[in-house]
Amino acid sequence: MSADSAQRRGAIASFSLRRVSALVLRYGYLLMGSWPRLLELAYWPSVQIILWGFISKYFVSQTSWAGSAAGALLAAVLLWDILFRGQLGYTISFMEELWSRNLGQLFISPLRPYEMVLSLTVISLIRTLIGVIPAAALAIPLYGFSLFDLGLPLVAFFGNLMITGWALGLFVTALLLRVGLGAESVAWMALFLIAPVSAIYYPVDVLPAWLQAVAWSLPPAYVFEGMRAILFNGVFRGDLLVGAMLLNLVYLVLGGLTFTLSFRLARRQGLLHQLGE
Amino acid sequence: MPHSPPVIEVRNLCRRFGDVAAVDNVSFSVSAGSVTGLLGANGAGKTTTIAMLLGLLLPTSGAISVLGEDMLRHRYRVLGRMNFSSPYFDLPQRLTVRQNLTVYARLYGVRRVADRLATLAGELELEDMMDRSFRGLSAGQKTRVLMAKAMINEPELLLLDEPTASLDPESADRIRGYLESYRDRTGAAILLASHNMPEVERLCDQVLIMQRGRIVDRGLPADLVAKYGRQTLEEVFLDIARNQGDRRKSGAAA
Repeated sequence: MSADSAQRRGAIASFSLRRVSALVLRYGYLLMGSWPRLLELAYWPSVQIILWGFISKYFVSQTSWAGSAAGALLAAVLLWDILFRGQLGYTISFMEELWSRNLGQLFISPLRPYEMVLSLTVISLIRTLIGVIPAAALAIPLYGFSLFDLGLPLVAFFGNLMITGWALGLFVTALLLRVGLGAESVAWMALFLIAPVSAIYYPVDVLPAWLQAVAWSLPPAYVFEGMRAILFNGVFRGDLLVGAMLLNLVYLVLGGLTFTLSFRLARRQGLLHQLGE
Repeated sequence: MPHSPPVIEVRNLCRRFGDVAAVDNVSFSVSAGSVTGLLGANGAGKTTTIAMLLGLLLPTSGAISVLGEDMLRHRYRVLGRMNFSSPYFDLPQRLTVRQNLTVYARLYGVRRVADRLATLAGELELEDMMDRSFRGLSAGQKTRVLMAKAMINEPELLLLDEPTASLDPESADRIRGYLESYRDRTGAAILLASHNMPEVERLCDQVLIMQRGRIVDRGLPADLVAKYGRQTLEEVFLDIARNQGDRRKSGAAA
């Protein structure tokens, strides 16, 4: 049995929910200790929904087609924000450790890297809910649009977008482990790289053929097409949901492997105790 | 009396970064209830050695056993039984001292967290700063909090890098007294990297002097002082550093 596999076995056998909750508590303290931070989480999604809500209202008054598209636009704004907040909540929490030169302290404690990953996903979920729920609630009285009317499919969309955000977060944190805060800007930009091919505000078939292939290789395109199928045609497309789930599984596994590899390389090259500001 | 196995056992440890041997064929052991000083100029290999003992850095070759476990294969079995303090590692700045210590107590699986925090606050005189943010503390106060974090799990092995840096002489003296009494009370082993020679002379049972990645001399502080015919360990340290410098110069001239 190799040293790596022995360590892996031992590590999996001794997973600790207490350690995961300790790290979630650490991010929770940070969040609850600053009301401007808390407010900021809900601020941008709310501003977005107010802005896009009025734009939609204006369109509705101009054309009849825009009337049916208005709900799709608002739903797209909110779902995009779920994806954005999911990824950002994950990577920002990781960067907090780099900013505070705390990563070395964590990795000399009994905390396993996968426990840290789990903590980051939990806090990313909490941050996303804090950000998106007020914006979604705001759209109900202001524009008569309720994202919650999507019903159960909303849960599927939400889950898939969060998983895409986490997978992307794993790739970005893997990069941060390799190059440190020099890659900080990547954390903010990463999602916008896939935004044009995610079919957020327009269908995939608007894209040139070669970009359509790229779009169908990304889970968000399936989610946003699925959302439009419900809002325009009242049809729930199970095939799109399955496509998103399978792709998410692939990206999540790839993200996990990339993070693991990056962590091992960081240990080999002595980067773990040098990372920070 | 039965002979207890060493807490740290390092054999032929090497770590290269490209062409540079940061740690070059180092072997030593540290027994329970002892304090070992790791001395050396900047860049001598002390931090790299400690990073490998903590599992933060993998060696190029060699073996490390900590608390009877192979650190390269089973480090998670022992990480909960050891701890580390260094002024070069911080804690989350915006969290209060209490919050930081609570998080680490939970990470280390400490039972009765509130009691443990109260004990540490008393022992390290942190009572007045427990609810202040870490960011707002002075360098000396931060050093004490970092020490509290290192003691949170009552480690059997304590690794310390400049544990009294930034402390005023009185606080530094108290910390040294605290470390001595902790060692006596628990039988813990302590490995201490320091440039403070009086501190090393006071605390250490064994001294390892590193230079350019190698251990160039070792022994009891008093024995080393006698061996070099000097009055203090600081003079011994300077002797070794100057001899090495002279050797390098004569090597270059030849």
